[in-house]
Amino acid sequence: MSGNASAPAAAGFDVERIRRDFPILSERAYGRPLVYLDNAATAQKPRAVIDALVRFYTTENANVHRGVHLLSERSTAAYEDARRTVQTFLNASSVREVIFTRGATESINLVAQTWGRANVGAGDEILISALEHHSNIVPWQMLAEEKRATLRVAPIDDRGEVILEEYEKLLGPRTKIVALAHVSNALGTVNPVRRMVGMAHNHGAVTLIDGAQAVPHFATDVQSLDCDFFAFSGHKLFGPTGIGGLYGKASLLEAMPPWQGGGDMIRSVTFEKTLYNDLPYKFEAGTPHIAGAVGLGVAIDYVTGVGLDEIAAYEHELLVYATERLSRIEGLRLVGTARHKAAVLSFVLGGIHPHDIATILDRRGIAIRAGHHCAQPVMERYGLAATSRASLAFYNTKEEIDALAAGIEAVKEIFH
Amino acid sequence: MSSELNELYQQVIVDHAKRPRNFRVPTGASRRVDGYNPLCGDKVTIYVKVEDGVVRDISFQGSGCAISTASASLLTEALKGKTLEDAEALFESFHDLVTGLDPAHEEPGLGKLAAFSGVCDYPTRVKCATLAWHTLRAALKGEGDQVSTE
Repeated sequence: MSGNASAPAAAGFDVERIRRDFPILSERAYGRPLVYLDNAATAQKPRAVIDALVRFYTTENANVHRGVHLLSERSTAAYEDARRTVQTFLNASSVREVIFTRGATESINLVAQTWGRANVGAGDEILISALEHHSNIVPWQMLAEEKRATLRVAPIDDRGEVILEEYEKLLGPRTKIVALAHVSNALGTVNPVRRMVGMAHNHGAVTLIDGAQAVPHFATDVQSLDCDFFAFSGHKLFGPTGIGGLYGKASLLEAMPPWQGGGDMIRSVTFEKTLYNDLPYKFEAGTPHIAGAVGLGVAIDYVTGVGLDEIAAYEHELLVYATERLSRIEGLRLVGTARHKAAVLSFVLGGIHPHDIATILDRRGIAIRAGHHCAQPVMERYGLAATSRASLAFYNTKEEIDALAAGIEAVKEIFH
Repeated sequence: MSSELNELYQQVIVDHAKRPRNFRVPTGASRRVDGYNPLCGDKVTIYVKVEDGVVRDISFQGSGCAISTASASLLTEALKGKTLEDAEALFESFHDLVTGLDPAHEEPGLGKLAAFSGVCDYPTRVKCATLAWHTLRAALKGEGDQVSTE
């Protein structure tokens, strides 16, 4: 994160102490220290989250919102505590606005299938950006196809920034919903979403922010962003896989039809008529991932304990260092050089294919991602089939960046 | 560089990746099949000209990693002039080599293709090495015009 980063905040950041909180970081890969630089794919888990899962299944496990027995009370309390933790973390105005889902993908699909099916019709427009992950493209394509609506795409410039003038031109009376990544997973671009949400609202459009790549890196405030929906995943936020969340403004959620039908989302059921439950349960059919929600709550407590501003400052320092270090490598070209970036470094290296780079780095203990990063249109924009991507978290170090740079030099040696 | 990586990126593989042989669209190909690995985006198109049960000409086009490009390049070199039966036998031998079913590397007739012996230690790269071969097999058997590794 750039902008408000300050050196003093980062100077007091004890990364070695933080690293000791993540057991997997002391693993070795092929006899070398593990250098984990694939955090945009999924982040590692602190001991506190791992312990919370064990503790939940050891002392609290029961179904929620049902039993009258002790364990059900405990599990319900733990699950609803986690919801309050998410509410505070996102600064939602009410717990009724926090729905647990499997992750950002499910959250976006939920909105497309409920709000979208109820509000988007033939000839209407859905606006996304050229930076989107497949999870913020395909659900809208499916909706557009079903409703004979049109999917419009705001273009990006060579740096990987959405061209705001073009974005604004695409907004119009037919724009029903605008769905934007807060942070691009492939390039690291941080979109000026508050401004973009405002522009969308000026045209009467509803807004969804895909915050999957944002929440691990800096503080999020959905009221300040003024977005109507906000989707995120727990596993990228140092929590368990299979849990995430959807924030939605209560007025919109109340008017939306339910999505999946089943237990927990109902108030009463007869064969003639079912009455749906109140928010947020209306959107949580079936037994949820209770332990996952509990683990997510603990993960959020962990990152807020470290401090999101401290994380943002330290990661910015890492990004500046890594950008400078990688730029010095002859033949390496960074893809995505937005002025406002999260700590993601996508690059190409001469004619050497990213898969070969990733394999060679892997044998040196360095985990990066090679490929299209589930953002094929972004790759196409740059005329590339794939890039190599190092994505950082607050437990990464400058020494690890040095190891990456040395590994890239070794790749060049093989293909000299 | 570790010796293990030397095993994977043998000189002949790096050479063929950088300077692929028979990398062209031929005139008069009798069969053409596209191969695709959706996992990594590697693409290969194999062109073959078969007469009297013999591969008279073979070439390829495409884009991919060093392993898949070198594999396609060496395949075209190995197959030219071979009978369809020889081609099938070579497919089997190559497949055994890269999937580790031939630990002693005793398969006869592999020639330069033996350079791919290191691939079996990299499970995620086996599909890179075999993409061109699966595509070839489809071309020789006349099975459709597209194959996918998935």
